[in-house]
Amino acid sequence: MSSLLVLAIVIAIGVVAFVIGRQRATAHETGKVKPHSRAHYHGWWAFLLAVLPAVLLLAVWDIGSSVYLDRHIHAALPERTVDSKVASEALDASLVKSLAKGLRRLDAGTPLPATFAELQPLLIAKGVALASDTQDYMIPIAVEANTVQDRLGLFGAVLTLALSIAGAFYALRQIAPRARARNNVERLMLWGLLAASTIAILTTVGIVLSMLFQTITFFESVSPMSFFFGTVWDPRFAAAGSGGSQGQFGLIPLLAGTLYIAAVALLVAVPVGLMSAVYMAEYASPKVRAVVKPALELLAGIPTIVYGIFAVVTLGPFLRDLSAALTGGSPFIQGQSIFTAGLVMGVMLIPVVSSLSDDIITAVPRAMRDGSLGLGATRSETIKRVILPAALPGIVGAILLTASRAIGETMIVVLAAGVAANLTANPFEAMTTITVKIVNQLTGDLEFNSPQTLVAFALGLTLFVLTLVMNIVALYIVRKYREQYE
Amino acid sequence: MTDIPLDTMAGAVARPRRDIGLKARYAAERRFRIYGVIAISVGLAFLAIMLITIVSKGYTAFWQTTVTLPISFDEKVIDPSGKRATDPSVLIKANYPKLADTALMAKLGIDPSNKPMVMKLKGFLSEGARVQLRDIVAADPSVIGTTRDVNILAAANLDSAFKGQIDLSVDEARRKVSNQQIDWMNKLKADGVMAEHFNTGLFTYGASSRPETSGMGVAIIGSFYMMVIVLLLALPIGVAASIYLEEFAKKNRFTDLIEVNINNLAAVPSIVFGLLGLAVFINFLGMPRSAAFVGGLVLTLMTLPTIIIATRAALAAVPPSIRSAALGLGASKMQMVFQHILPLAAPGILTGTIIGLARALGETAPLLLIGMVAFVADYPKTPFDPATALPVQIYMWANEAERAFVERMSGAIIILLVFLMAMNITAIVLRRRFERRW
Repeated sequence: MSSLLVLAIVIAIGVVAFVIGRQRATAHETGKVKPHSRAHYHGWWAFLLAVLPAVLLLAVWDIGSSVYLDRHIHAALPERTVDSKVASEALDASLVKSLAKGLRRLDAGTPLPATFAELQPLLIAKGVALASDTQDYMIPIAVEANTVQDRLGLFGAVLTLALSIAGAFYALRQIAPRARARNNVERLMLWGLLAASTIAILTTVGIVLSMLFQTITFFESVSPMSFFFGTVWDPRFAAAGSGGSQGQFGLIPLLAGTLYIAAVALLVAVPVGLMSAVYMAEYASPKVRAVVKPALELLAGIPTIVYGIFAVVTLGPFLRDLSAALTGGSPFIQGQSIFTAGLVMGVMLIPVVSSLSDDIITAVPRAMRDGSLGLGATRSETIKRVILPAALPGIVGAILLTASRAIGETMIVVLAAGVAANLTANPFEAMTTITVKIVNQLTGDLEFNSPQTLVAFALGLTLFVLTLVMNIVALYIVRKYREQYE
Repeated sequence: MTDIPLDTMAGAVARPRRDIGLKARYAAERRFRIYGVIAISVGLAFLAIMLITIVSKGYTAFWQTTVTLPISFDEKVIDPSGKRATDPSVLIKANYPKLADTALMAKLGIDPSNKPMVMKLKGFLSEGARVQLRDIVAADPSVIGTTRDVNILAAANLDSAFKGQIDLSVDEARRKVSNQQIDWMNKLKADGVMAEHFNTGLFTYGASSRPETSGMGVAIIGSFYMMVIVLLLALPIGVAASIYLEEFAKKNRFTDLIEVNINNLAAVPSIVFGLLGLAVFINFLGMPRSAAFVGGLVLTLMTLPTIIIATRAALAAVPPSIRSAALGLGASKMQMVFQHILPLAAPGILTGTIIGLARALGETAPLLLIGMVAFVADYPKTPFDPATALPVQIYMWANEAERAFVERMSGAIIILLVFLMAMNITAIVLRRRFERRW
């Protein structure tokens, strides 16, 4: 019996328990004793007792039986000679498993041929394609595995259904006017809410662990020193051993490109964003604000891929042609350049800076503003000498948050920054970033356990740590500052 | 009334004003204001330029040039040996382009034995004509032997030429459309045979190596699956987590840990979620690559912090008096939350959810890593089949060299932006309509 079918039956039992439970409890409501809980709480309690333990058991049983089956198959496989590798035993086991899966598709009662050569056409007729290195001796093992699996599945199903029915009966017997069904249900709900909020922690743990394991595997073949301090990024020839693996996964050019582009972007985004926020908060009439603010928010709602395409299709060629026209010959701005990518990313970040600093500027207490204006300062003097200094820590935090966005931004740089890992100081040349290389190393055909692929996780971990530090510092500053005036 | 002596007044007026640099200060004030205006104009100008270039490049993608030809489904071409009753594969393999070419030659008055002219006809009609005609015959084999008007797609280069996007002053050898083809095109245009129609293919076709038969059908379905998965997972989990944190959690280390985590996840680069999806969902749990389901899970994790932050703000905005009133009337805390607070906070939660979904819809980077950059020609039947997503499709077209793909890409961007704008406007309207100020 398949797990899905069992699950459906369990839920059906739960629904029946709910209906019966509610009916029974409703009967109590007209009695002399005032019931503690409304009828539907009794129904829900019956449902939960019928379903929850059974589903948990089913999940544990499924995982356990697949582990057991694995062991069983491994044990049944003939002893391999000493010189054979472990990897190929795992391969044999997976062959047996897919064979067993294929055998299930055959019609019941078909006599089973003894050799794979005879079996294969039968399977192909059922639309099952198997690897041709399946051996004859695997067929009995697969058949045996199937019977074991059937037996385990049946046993698990019976246990689960029994538990479900037992739970339902237990809950239904408990129904009495003074039974505290509501409290029981609410306690379970609270656990559910708690579980939902731990997903955030699980995600972080998942991110860190998944990247950490791959990074450690990566560092087994490439030394951390050559990764963090290498100045050459050339992953392709590492396997061939030309020049050894030293220095070919160098992080420095990528990190330099990332920081350079982010710096250009901040150079665009911070003054423009900050000035817009100041103007909106201090000068703009409500009418202007009603139009401009949603328009700037629109800028924030445009997906980054659109910015990237604008950079590579329109702005890049335009700047290249412009520079060619200026020098009257060869262009000094390349089609893909730090400048183009940084400029477009800066525009993307304008609304981020302006909305963050808008919050911070409006959080400066009214009294400080009024005091300054009352002493005869002009508005701009008030802003420059009172409001901005007061808001400075918050603005620094906002800039840090923006910088972490700039460092982690992917699509703009993938399209507009180029793929060549240069080390250059010229902003009109192409440079590449950490995120670009993560995408490059992980798209297309890949073999998972080569350093060429694993390096992406090392890069990802570097990126994660970098942005994490910036975010924590920024959030700390912002929070600290907010408390100051509350 | 007291009379003031005139001479004292005159003395006061005559005293010169102290110079406190007011003029300079007012000038500084004006300059500062102008900086502000310039800053805002820069942002808005960039937005305008970007939208205008995209729309001007992309709006033509919504039209497609077709040639209406009377195709005679000649049995001698489709099924020369008359085996179709016994072997249906004949109908699949038949030489359909020949049918279209014959009809076109008849229309243009070209002698089929004039080989050089026939050669020039190559690349006039789309290679997709084969599929178009095959589908007609496969749907209804009784058309064989009859003649029927069919709108055959023109090839991408002819399509561009028809829309006036190819510079005809360039030397003939250096452009993809020959003068002869232009002459034919103008002749057919004058006859009303060649015309632009609304491009439904842009919305229905899957991936293709030919621009005229490639579309966003697979991407739209993939994105739709992902949005449904994100909505089904992120909304309940996000709301549950927010309720716990806002209404039940005690102030302790564990709660602080959760809050720090949520704030951090909101600022983690999206590509990191792609790495997580690749390592955990695909490698560790063995889920299929390129599947909308995995994409949905990754986007769910990415969207959760947004929804949680918005929901918490909405819950916190419900005034304490409501809570007190509910508790005072004997509701339990759970009843208070689910029967009073949650309905009142629903508009805020919905707005946050829509904004989170819009962000997920436009997200590309994590999807690249879980293999959604894939050439998928068939519609995915379930979320576990290979699919692409709208922004990924745009990215893939951006990497194609042909001009016609740039047009399709810009058209796809317009569609994506329309979707996003519709979602954002819905969110704004919802907020305006239902938001209550307490």
